[in-house]
Amino acid sequence: MSKKTASPEARSRYWKLNLCWLIGLSMIWFLVSFGCGILWVDELDQYTLPGSGIKLGFWFAQQGSIYVFVTLIAIYMIVMNQLDKQLLSDLRAPEDFEKLDSTEQKGDRK
Amino acid sequence: MSVDFWTYLIVGLSFSLYIGIAIWSRAGSTKEFYIAGGGVPSVANGMATAADWMSAASFISMAGLISFMGRDGAVYLMGWTGGYVLLAMMLAPYLRRFGKFTVPDFIGDRYYSKIARVVAVVCAIFISFTYVAGQMRGVGVVFSRFLGLEVELGVIVGMVIVFFYAVLGGMKGITYTQVAQYCVLIFAFMVPAIFISIMLTGNPIPQLGLGGEYVENGVKTGVSLLDKLDGLNQELGFKQYTSGQKSTIDVFFITLALMVGTAGLPHVIVRFYTVKRASAARSSALWALLFIAILYTTAPAVAVFARTNLLRTIPGTAYQASPEWFQNWEKAGLIAWVDKNKDGAIQYNGSGPAFHKVEGASNMTPQFFSEKKGESGERILKNAPTDSTNELYIDRDIMVLANPEIANLPNWVIGLIAAGGLAAALSTAAGLLLVISTSVAHDLVKKTFRPDISEKAELRTARLAAMGAVVIAGYFGINPPGFVAEVVAFAFGLAASTFFPAILLGIFSKRVNREGAVTGMIVGLLFTLGYIIYFKFISPDLNHAKNWFFGISPEGIGGIGMILNFIVTILVTAVTPRPPAEIAHLVDRVRLPRAAYGEENTAPIDH
Repeated sequence: MSKKTASPEARSRYWKLNLCWLIGLSMIWFLVSFGCGILWVDELDQYTLPGSGIKLGFWFAQQGSIYVFVTLIAIYMIVMNQLDKQLLSDLRAPEDFEKLDSTEQKGDRK
Repeated sequence: MSVDFWTYLIVGLSFSLYIGIAIWSRAGSTKEFYIAGGGVPSVANGMATAADWMSAASFISMAGLISFMGRDGAVYLMGWTGGYVLLAMMLAPYLRRFGKFTVPDFIGDRYYSKIARVVAVVCAIFISFTYVAGQMRGVGVVFSRFLGLEVELGVIVGMVIVFFYAVLGGMKGITYTQVAQYCVLIFAFMVPAIFISIMLTGNPIPQLGLGGEYVENGVKTGVSLLDKLDGLNQELGFKQYTSGQKSTIDVFFITLALMVGTAGLPHVIVRFYTVKRASAARSSALWALLFIAILYTTAPAVAVFARTNLLRTIPGTAYQASPEWFQNWEKAGLIAWVDKNKDGAIQYNGSGPAFHKVEGASNMTPQFFSEKKGESGERILKNAPTDSTNELYIDRDIMVLANPEIANLPNWVIGLIAAGGLAAALSTAAGLLLVISTSVAHDLVKKTFRPDISEKAELRTARLAAMGAVVIAGYFGINPPGFVAEVVAFAFGLAASTFFPAILLGIFSKRVNREGAVTGMIVGLLFTLGYIIYFKFISPDLNHAKNWFFGISPEGIGGIGMILNFIVTILVTAVTPRPPAEIAHLVDRVRLPRAAYGEENTAPIDH
């Protein structure tokens, strides 16, 4: 039985999409924790979190950022499970794109 | 029934549970010993990671630390949770796909070099030992505070327990005991927090209580709890609770060092080798952070509750009319009072420390004359009083330890806190000991010095190494070198400046080579270590913001070390040859699900 694999295009699309999500989510990670929790904390402290008595900057620094962290991982997990499914639903026998595969490998090694 | 009775009962029950689990889950192969066979369900692994991660410091000290630091306490809250985002997205799934057993395994294979592997092993062992000594000490301290045992005896009891399940069960035993320990510690942390939250804000959820309205004796006051606390702080001459005192750049870099350090700590990373596949590594990172977040979002609330309770009951109260817990914890040496103005009342304010440190002591801990009592019946201090009007010393650990008493909770809750503290310390100690024994048996013996060793002999070596590590850790627990407390925080700086860049670049770049990674790790290590040693040991008197590099304290220097590591690695790589072709192949297989290459999902890579 010949092993089924993903096409080189599918593989590079998977990796590119992964990188996009990763960069986007880490920007949110940075903006919320280092931005709202540290750099802009005094400005945000002029407001309070709606429905409570906590200053907004203080809330981001001590609680809000942690909730956002959990959410970010959850989003990444869901997205990646989808990408995994997409990639693995389209496996083919290697004969179908053997030619393409070998050119990609050469490109990688130069 | 008495506090002692409950404490012995609950601690005894929890210990028998741990031993029972250890016997049930003995490890039979090196794979079970190192990574629990690689088939742990992600929820269980998430709980185990949470227990592994939350040490005695998180459980006992963190809330207290925050309650004295105010807003700056965020460095710990964000620093010790934010790293999981990096782990889940940038490290854990890929390392799981790589397979194998340890962090040095990845570094050694990716950078095709024994030197890289040995550098990584040395870092892993050094980081783990500094960390574990603090945990064993924590076990001893919990025993002595709650059961009146000598600290030394407490450490030995702790050693025997850890010995049992780490040596017998390896990672498999550790994982399932950690699941039990997580349940014990989170229950113990939440129960008093919920009761105090109801008492102060009328809200049973502490996370919401933090933003709630201050309730005095069951009557709503119309003032938010934090405004009330800010007011109390200011009246007494302390800084506002919700404002920061550290410089922004320092807060920034300490948080960065702790976050990146978390993502680079070997005992955390190795937990993600124990699940079935990369997708399970992502979901167990989510579970882990969720379980950690329960404690970490409660801690700032506990800090505020405890501080409010303290400030509204103690300042100005006559010593003889002080609450029972106050005198109990004075007996334990965690509270000290010196009646400077001889009025019999406790003055507590922000005018500075109440007394100097005893000559030759490494920190501010009070030392008492054993039987001498003052006019009000207080214990007399050896420490010389300062000129400030403040008369009170409070150990930060009180904020969690005395919580049940402050809230008048039943005695079994106090027993629960003891069991929780022990669970936190033991679970972390066991995880670290496993890293040490794996590093010795697998990375040094099997991979470096005696590749022909049989599986049985390797397993025996791993058990022996675990035993050796328990004994050494116990020794440091009983005779703590003065610097342990200082060094634990720096384990993060070292992890941040060595492992994190090497692993990250190893996954996301095919170009980075052996020369770059090894120089990068060495430069990061030397820079961070040098900065810390200079300010902490060589010239501690220069350790002030104005002498620091850009105003960054030694706690935060790991962030700079990491940046330096990245720069050096990339520069050296640019002028040295490409890595061999099979490395690009290895990186490809780490990036994508194995099935995309028509291979089995769980098989380790052969190349």
